[in-house]
Amino acid sequence: MPPDLIAGAPDLEAIAAQVFVALADPTRRAILAALASGGPATATDLAGRLPITRQAIAKHLALLAEAGLVTAEPGERRRVRYRLRSAPMQVAQQFLAALARDWDGPLDALKDHLSR
Amino acid sequence: MAFPDRIERVVEIAHPPAKVWAALTTAEGLASWFGQQARIDLRPGGSAQMTWTGGHTADMRVERVEEPAVFGFTWHIYGLPDDDPRRTYVEFTLEPTGAGTRLTVVETGFAQLPEDAYRKAYDGNTQGWASELGDLVDYLDAA
Repeated sequence: MPPDLIAGAPDLEAIAAQVFVALADPTRRAILAALASGGPATATDLAGRLPITRQAIAKHLALLAEAGLVTAEPGERRRVRYRLRSAPMQVAQQFLAALARDWDGPLDALKDHLSR
Repeated sequence: MAFPDRIERVVEIAHPPAKVWAALTTAEGLASWFGQQARIDLRPGGSAQMTWTGGHTADMRVERVEEPAVFGFTWHIYGLPDDDPRRTYVEFTLEPTGAGTRLTVVETGFAQLPEDAYRKAYDGNTQGWASELGDLVDYLDAA
């Protein structure tokens, strides 16, 4: 687990930044999407599902694991299986929730309502 | 810190606080500008709900009721799972200005992350499905 997730006050911004950096890359986006939709998978599983070489997938999975966005766990036949970690995604989602919160629309509607 | 925790808006309204208060704190008022349907139990700890066509629902918990000056509630952070304990706090402040009202709305808590909630979210999500699916397998095996 990365240090910022163990400390008492995790650096939310750093966590969100890692998510956004990961999502900015189409290959990593495809890997994360595959893990989200299909559940934990090995690099070989993912290579069978995505138009990406196993080597490239393994490299990206290592980066994602280092960033704390996926965890490696023992799978069948001694293969490493990767699982999406939802906690950092939820931190990024909080960030997006603030950006997506629309108060201007409702407050305009309130003014309109009271003027009627 | 660039992580946005707080949103604040101030609007000047050409109506007295009592009228604005009714629009903010009654089911009829809320349903006429905010939700499409609303219900509210206006007391600290009371529950309120707004619904929109399309099925979106916002459940609120009333926190502060100081008629006609302060109305506060908490609600769920949009996009997080329903069982996530994190909520933002919304507070409306009404100040009389001549014949009108200066209405301030402040929503805070987007950047909150108590460690226990974080651990709960983390543990819950990494182990939740695995253990639930494990329980299902055990149940089916036993049947």
